[in-house]
Amino acid sequence: MTPATAQRLNMAGLAITLTTVLFAVLWAFPLYWGVVSSLKPEDEVVRPYIELWPDTFTISHYVFALTQTQIGTWYLNSIATALAITVLTVSSSLLCGYAISQLEFRFRRPLWWLILASFMVPMQTMIVNHFELVASLGLLNTWAGIVLPQLIHPVIIIVYKQFFDGVPKDFREAAVMDNASEWRILTRVYMPMNWGVTTALAIVTFIWSWNAFLWPFLAVTQTDMMTITVGITQVNDAFGVYYARQLSAAVLAGLPVAIAYLVFQRRVTEAITLSAGIKG
Amino acid sequence: MLRNKRSETWIAAALVAPFLAIYGLVFIYPTIKLFMISFTDAPLIGSGAYVGFENYTRLWGERRFNVALWNTAYFVILTVVPGTFAAFAIALGINRLAGRLQTFVLALFFLPYILPVSVVYLVWDWTLNFQFGIAMHIFDMLGMNRVPVFKSTTWFMPAVAFITIWWTAGFSILLFLAGLRAIPAEIYEAAALDNARRWATFRRITWPLMWPVTALVLTIQLILQLKIFDQVYLFQQVDDPTITLFSFTTSSSVHFNPTRAAARRRRQSCYF
Repeated sequence: MTPATAQRLNMAGLAITLTTVLFAVLWAFPLYWGVVSSLKPEDEVVRPYIELWPDTFTISHYVFALTQTQIGTWYLNSIATALAITVLTVSSSLLCGYAISQLEFRFRRPLWWLILASFMVPMQTMIVNHFELVASLGLLNTWAGIVLPQLIHPVIIIVYKQFFDGVPKDFREAAVMDNASEWRILTRVYMPMNWGVTTALAIVTFIWSWNAFLWPFLAVTQTDMMTITVGITQVNDAFGVYYARQLSAAVLAGLPVAIAYLVFQRRVTEAITLSAGIKG
Repeated sequence: MLRNKRSETWIAAALVAPFLAIYGLVFIYPTIKLFMISFTDAPLIGSGAYVGFENYTRLWGERRFNVALWNTAYFVILTVVPGTFAAFAIALGINRLAGRLQTFVLALFFLPYILPVSVVYLVWDWTLNFQFGIAMHIFDMLGMNRVPVFKSTTWFMPAVAFITIWWTAGFSILLFLAGLRAIPAEIYEAAALDNARRWATFRRITWPLMWPVTALVLTIQLILQLKIFDQVYLFQQVDDPTITLFSFTTSSSVHFNPTRAAARRRRQSCYF
């Protein structure tokens, strides 16, 4: 390669890099625009020209959303249901994945196939049946009703099973030699090894549950039982449209997951790649 | 290895029990019921007589079903292939970056994916707002007439498709990045020694080696977009022309009109 061609290649490379960065900024711009608009007074929001930064900086819309609307209740509903889903799904999947991977029992293989098969059925097809089920249990408009149909994430069992399969058998044999009970083997040997996987799976399960829209939307009709993702789209101000107010509610709804992602970036991307690799 | 078979079975049963209980209630029972019921004339809630395949055959004649089917197909065409290739191109760009800049750029592309659909909806409803939306300034600059995007039947689907690509691309980008990182650096070094051009390297090395990942992303996208409901429902302001297969199946549970319940049961069966 002559120096001239190398330089030309570098120029092209630089151009591609710059385009990528520019495009990334453009990509995220609507999010920035939403946040900035929510920090402007209502009359500034509707000005006919573009202002990338508020003239008058105000948090009054947030104060309004938090004090005058039911957003606090919705937050509570979202947090309670998403936490319940996360804890129940991850713990039941952990136990089940461990049993399938490490123990010999009679219906091990059929159970494993059943879990794999449940991948193929999109959960939405059952939504009307879930509705009937939850209605017949009298759980509409309750936390339990929101949680129940969201407890099935076969991906998590599969990730756990594969993780446990990858642990060398020596660990297990040593523990059995020491007369450790099955429970001790699980909690003292296997679980400490997979804290990374567990936190990653827990974070994405939480994000999935927080973001769930369709089911909570169907299962809840009372505004005080709505989760935040449903609430902000269903309840509008009675008198006219307040753009900035609505946007501040949107920012509040997106904030927890956005923060969770930015803090645990590596874990989140890891868990999502992991679950997708299996899905394929 | 020493094993106590009997006690192991009991332990296994105890460990599997919580999952099985949930699974049986929320998955197995409804699946069987759904399958059985698609052969009966049951209303939305309750049971009915056996009618064989009638639900499936009548489904094809229903106008709204056909509209829904076509809308879904249209939406899939608009999202799956363009979305996958956009994500591929972005992943190629990100893969060239390094260190903090790469993390930052990836975060910008990935952030929308992590957000709830309702936030995506509010942000874009604002961005594309007919009177005050910032995107309308682009229309003005191009000297075009402003378009009330979500009220126009021609613009609705492309707009929602575009927003869907924006929303979900982060996920596909992640998969492409994982694939790109798995390609051994030696292959590129060898190509550089042979003085291969950038385009030739891409055409002969990256593209063929990435094809399995591309196929995977296309499949995942296809499955995902066939189930489209949330975005279309939220943005929807005109009913009939914009229904999709899925909103069609659920419109039943949203509106509760008992007189048309049997028809809905048929719709539900269209997923098999």
